[in-house]
Amino acid sequence: MQDRNTRILQNPKFKELVAKRDAFALTLSVVMLVIYFGFILLVAFAKGFLGTSISGGTMTWGIPVGVFTIVSAFILTGIYVQRANGEFDELNRQILEETK
Amino acid sequence: MSRLTTRIAGTAAALTSFAPLAALAASVDGAVQKQSTNYEAIGMFLAFVLLTLGITYWAAKQTKSAKDFYAAGGGITGFQNGLAIAGDYMSAASFLGIAGLVYTSGFDGLIYSVGWLVGWPIILFLIAERLRNLGKYTFADVASYRFQQTPIRTLAACGSLATVTFYLIAQMVGAGKLIQLLFGLDYFVALIIVGVIMIAYVTFGGMLATTWVQIIKAVMLLSGASFMAIMILAQFGFSPEALFTKATQLHAKGGSIMAPGSLIHDPISAISLGMALMFGTAGLPHILMRFFTVADAKEARKSVFYATGFIGYFYILTFIIGFGAIVLLLVPDANGVYPFLDAAKVAAANGVVNPSMIIGGSNMAAIHTANAVGGSLFLGFIAAVAFATILAVVAGLTLAGASAVSHDLYASVIAKGRVNEQDEIRVSKITTVVIGILAIFLGVAFENQNVAFMVGLAFVIAASANFPILVMSMFWGKMTTRGAVLGGALGLVSAVVMLVLGPTVWVAVLGNKAAIIPYDNPGLFSITLSFLGIWFFSITDNSPQAAEEREKFKAQYIRSQTGLGAEGASAH
Repeated sequence: MQDRNTRILQNPKFKELVAKRDAFALTLSVVMLVIYFGFILLVAFAKGFLGTSISGGTMTWGIPVGVFTIVSAFILTGIYVQRANGEFDELNRQILEETK
Repeated sequence: MSRLTTRIAGTAAALTSFAPLAALAASVDGAVQKQSTNYEAIGMFLAFVLLTLGITYWAAKQTKSAKDFYAAGGGITGFQNGLAIAGDYMSAASFLGIAGLVYTSGFDGLIYSVGWLVGWPIILFLIAERLRNLGKYTFADVASYRFQQTPIRTLAACGSLATVTFYLIAQMVGAGKLIQLLFGLDYFVALIIVGVIMIAYVTFGGMLATTWVQIIKAVMLLSGASFMAIMILAQFGFSPEALFTKATQLHAKGGSIMAPGSLIHDPISAISLGMALMFGTAGLPHILMRFFTVADAKEARKSVFYATGFIGYFYILTFIIGFGAIVLLLVPDANGVYPFLDAAKVAAANGVVNPSMIIGGSNMAAIHTANAVGGSLFLGFIAAVAFATILAVVAGLTLAGASAVSHDLYASVIAKGRVNEQDEIRVSKITTVVIGILAIFLGVAFENQNVAFMVGLAFVIAASANFPILVMSMFWGKMTTRGAVLGGALGLVSAVVMLVLGPTVWVAVLGNKAAIIPYDNPGLFSITLSFLGIWFFSITDNSPQAAEEREKFKAQYIRSQTGLGAEGASAH
């Protein structure tokens, strides 16, 4: 087990996997936080904007912005799962295979 | 049902502090008058109970090993688990509470829905797969992976039990009140029914039954809410613009329901609340346990994807239902009578109606709307779904509490791992019965208390004690047992002290005039303190044991990244 751990750590694909996956997860987390805290700061400081009518009707900018935040959460998880369950898991499989 | 003359007090008061938390708790406090018996609702509820007890019987036959009991054998698929997670999250109170919030304040309801949801992507990106790769039955397995078992497991079990207990009290009180209101059952009888059925699910069927109960309930809740939203939109030719226009004409607040109101007033509160919601979700033991019910990291990721979709969809539905309540409940019938508003209040205001005149309080907005769109049969269905929801959430919480006692305290701390599986399961079942009985008594003891702060407490403790230990143990190799214990304890103590001295407890519960700490939500401070504590007490730890623990991080790191050596699904 100790040997295999050393082999995994030294495998260039392991370094590649960790670097790629960490960067990807971090990027998406930052995107989500920026969208969410952007929304909250608009609520706290720009109430006027969110209450502005979009095209003269009752619908205000607040509604699409709020719905966008909800939908973006779903889309971001979808993007991550797509790449992690495909590319990253394949790389992971190769690493475990090569270090047996 | 239209003869409801009760008032669910406290909603307005709770909105100023832990509004979403209050919403989750269905802040039904104060006196609730018992209603005439609703036979349609009882019939549908009985059908649900019979179906779920059938599933429990089936699950009991499948459940043999500890892995079956705690983690449903690891054989739940990502899609099923996504539904179950969504089910744990969509409590009856979040359905009734958020719809009620939209009904009274419009857009502000959406702000809270968003806050509840955005924690999920972060859980997926940073925690879900590592959790699945490292853990076995409880999150303490992960937190204590390379540390001394006794102190970490004890602390994690205390954090779990505290979170579960506060959450459970809120659910039980909400359950008693709602059932009294919807079914016309006695408060105490309602608590006993919830307690007894929940004990049956958990002791006989373990995680497998608990998961399936949650899945069925999630499907029922999503279908019922979808039907309501479609019926509402159909009346406006599926034009949201027409729905919103009508709502602004009828609502006393007029066009301002389409813009942020006064619920979030200063940025510190806003950010603090956001952090407590985000990190609290990632520290709730009954939610974290769900990640051990799937086969591998791949399925764990998929479950968060599906859960985020279902929860997001559900929140959009509750937003439509809240607006539907405005346009359906604030209009008179052919005789000029408002069937869903309190006649005395309408008369006193000379016929100028206001959303606060609703019979039963704003938490009843979704229930009245069900009656308005689908008649008494559909009303019965939604009432039964609300009851089923409480039952399912309570069962999940109890299983998490029982696992903390049997797996963390009994098997690891007291017996030091020298225990066979059957004994461990037996302890878990006994604990379930004890928690069930305790929950009934706590429900009685807190009957007339404002329980919203209990949910606040549960979330802040989860975010300040459980979450920092969990996330630091996964990511930071230099962490030691001393850092984990002292940092976690610092988070726990500071969260509780600040919450007690803040407006939620010091003013609202204890009746003092001014709060010693002005912030509703101490999350920003207690979470930061906990992380700083873990960092400081770890880097200053130069004991040989600390060096050994740092050395073990390499193996943990490889397992968390690759899943090498992770728990698989049991074969049967």
